[in-house]
Amino acid sequence: MSSSQQPPLSPQPAAEQQLPKEHYLNATYGIRSWLLTTDHKRIAILYLISVTFFFFVGGIFASLIRIHLLTPSGYLVTPETYNKLFTMHGVAMIFFFLIPSIPAVLGNFLIPIMIGAKDLAFPKINLLSWYIYLVGGALVLYSFATGGLDTGWTFYTPLSSIYSNSAVTPAVIGIFINGFSSILTGLNFIITVHTMRAPGMTWFRLPLFVWAHYATSLIFILGTPVIAITLLLAGLERMFHLGFFNPAYGGDPILFQHLFWFYSHPAVYIMILPAMGVISEIIPTFARKPIFGYDFIAASSIGIAVIGFIVWAHHMFLTGQSTYSALAFSFLTFLVAVPSAVKVFNWTSTLYKGSISFDTPMLYGLGFIGLFTIGGLTGLFLACLGLDIHLHDTYFVIAHFHYIMVGGAIMGYLGGIHFWWPKITGRLYPEYLARIAAITLFVGFNLTFFPQFILGYLGMPRRYHNYPPEYQVLNVMSTAGASILALGYLLPMIYLAWSMRYGKVAGKNPWPSTGLEWTTDSPPLTENFRETPVVGWEPYDFLHRPELGLLGAVSKKPVPAHGDD
Amino acid sequence: MHRTGELYGQFQTLEQQKESATLGMWVFLITEILFFGGLFLAYTVNRHAFPTAFGVGGNMLDLNLGFFNTIVLIASSFTMAMSVWSAQTSRRKAVPAWLIATLLLGSAFLGIKVVEYKQKFDHHLIPGHNFDVTYCSRNQVACGLGDKEFADEQKEIREGIEAEKAPRMSEEEATVALNAHAQLYFSLYFGMTGLHALHMVIGAGLLLWLIFEGFKGRFDANYNTPVENIGLYWHFVDIVWIFLFPLLYLINRHLA
Repeated sequence: MSSSQQPPLSPQPAAEQQLPKEHYLNATYGIRSWLLTTDHKRIAILYLISVTFFFFVGGIFASLIRIHLLTPSGYLVTPETYNKLFTMHGVAMIFFFLIPSIPAVLGNFLIPIMIGAKDLAFPKINLLSWYIYLVGGALVLYSFATGGLDTGWTFYTPLSSIYSNSAVTPAVIGIFINGFSSILTGLNFIITVHTMRAPGMTWFRLPLFVWAHYATSLIFILGTPVIAITLLLAGLERMFHLGFFNPAYGGDPILFQHLFWFYSHPAVYIMILPAMGVISEIIPTFARKPIFGYDFIAASSIGIAVIGFIVWAHHMFLTGQSTYSALAFSFLTFLVAVPSAVKVFNWTSTLYKGSISFDTPMLYGLGFIGLFTIGGLTGLFLACLGLDIHLHDTYFVIAHFHYIMVGGAIMGYLGGIHFWWPKITGRLYPEYLARIAAITLFVGFNLTFFPQFILGYLGMPRRYHNYPPEYQVLNVMSTAGASILALGYLLPMIYLAWSMRYGKVAGKNPWPSTGLEWTTDSPPLTENFRETPVVGWEPYDFLHRPELGLLGAVSKKPVPAHGDD
Repeated sequence: MHRTGELYGQFQTLEQQKESATLGMWVFLITEILFFGGLFLAYTVNRHAFPTAFGVGGNMLDLNLGFFNTIVLIASSFTMAMSVWSAQTSRRKAVPAWLIATLLLGSAFLGIKVVEYKQKFDHHLIPGHNFDVTYCSRNQVACGLGDKEFADEQKEIREGIEAEKAPRMSEEEATVALNAHAQLYFSLYFGMTGLHALHMVIGAGLLLWLIFEGFKGRFDANYNTPVENIGLYWHFVDIVWIFLFPLLYLINRHLA
């Protein structure tokens, strides 16, 4: 392909101006058809609504925190209330927004279509997952409303199990129940990818989005049961005055920390791996080039999942562990960065000599690569034992994980929502407004969180309701950034909702992109495909798919699958 | 609603459906290993920290009942396996018969657990305000102990208190420490056997459903997936007990 040729204008709206006559949204009507649906696409929409609600809940707490921190002796709320604000922000965002977001919304919607199946392996269990999520969420909201939580989202004992006067018990029961929602989703995805692939869809023809969700599902099923039993134990200790984590009874608070972090570290990979999967779909599409190093990106997803299970005690470097133990965990933490770096290099190499356009999903994708790299590298700072002594429990840690979870995971989520919006709704969102929103979000995000790296390095502790006056400038910058960030979140909510009614009809493949999901209607039929597809092409093969309408593509005979299955 | 055995809409073939169901059950059992695993870790850490107190606690469990329960559960795994074999060889009438035997044995296990738990309640061994590991060493009649048993119990407690004595610790403080550590043991005892019993109750419910379907003659060589998969679940619950019994009842056991 000659590099002087212009990339086609994208997205290309459909020639026809009408949505398909029958699709999953109009197949049946009425509230019962939604609340009792087993269609993975409708369940994805149900999740979209619920996770957005919890995003607002977490966002409101974040706003209160940032407003409170405008002044050094912050007098918006009392110190006790401040403790509740950061705790509830963390609980709402982590357990009820970030962990379900991409898997339960985009994963549920896309995985069956991407592999050529009619639905997941267990559609009723899929619906059950959503209801379990709602029950867990309701209990946590009840806890928020009846005294709140002030233990930190980490629930360290003995504060959470004995001394806290806040509504810990309903919250831990709610999170315990919510864990089963994750476990069932992970189980569903694993079985689906093993047994439901269409003819010709071999493991190494799977989209990397599917590989990412498979790796995430491994973490779901292996890690989540441990947090379940841990929170159950903490709750039982609180209710019945048992002694597992109470030194007065011979119990050990550090045991809680080990059990807690054994899940909660892999949990952060649950939050980032699906976003990486989204980026692996976006970058090749908007560079119009096969992804570089497919096998390595797939393997690195599994690598991150596996190594992610053996680094947990890097959250506990300052608890008095032996030097040898700390050394081992530090080394392993450096090791877990390697597969992530492999991905970043491969995405960058995909861009090289590609035919690049800066559509909204690509803006989120490029933003992800930059911000995730910063967040990931600062994780290595924290993995370094000597540095961690200075940086632990400071704003440096907060900036590190927000760069990955907001600059990484949320940008991946928004990029994915925009990228697949035409498939989900059949309509295009307004492109220029969306690009402005993406840039607003990027600017707001960096203004919010970059000053926090500096604050942390200068020594400002986290979870404190006040700070020395010399830190005020940076805190004010951070709060100013947060208001811009909030605008960046609100704009998509408005125009995406607008587009559902007034957006241009998208057609099957507006970008165009190469996955199976783009061969079916937008929005798809309830059973996804009219006929089960037979896959005869390699993934991301832009060169040999002339039907996509890209310049320079040539025909090629379908190849037999290489290697497996 | 689909009747069991029909091809569900998302699958292409019955074989795909069976494969999915079986793989699903295996993956679920892996999550259960991790779930119980947290408790096993807590047990291991605490047993290592307080070996004498855990020995004292363990000796208060009724070894006869525990051993009997182990035999009962292993037998129930046998009857479950017979039920699966009957289904696989199209012995339709035998399937619910073996399942009923499994359910009866499982219920016997649960009944004995109730007896054991009641005994713990009577002996002040339920964690909480009334927990007192020394109760039976001071109340021979209330605990129903013979003279030799009573003497053994007192010796047990004495040794436990001695083991807890750190330098400059009084008799009273050591007793409090023994009580606290023994309470840890019993918290884990009730937590682990309680979680196990909950899984058995769920298993009993699944067996009831299976019996009803079995009486309708649903299971044969062509189709027996639910029997196999619920069999897997039952065997898993059995294996968990095989681990629990030695850990809770047998370590540091003083035989008569």
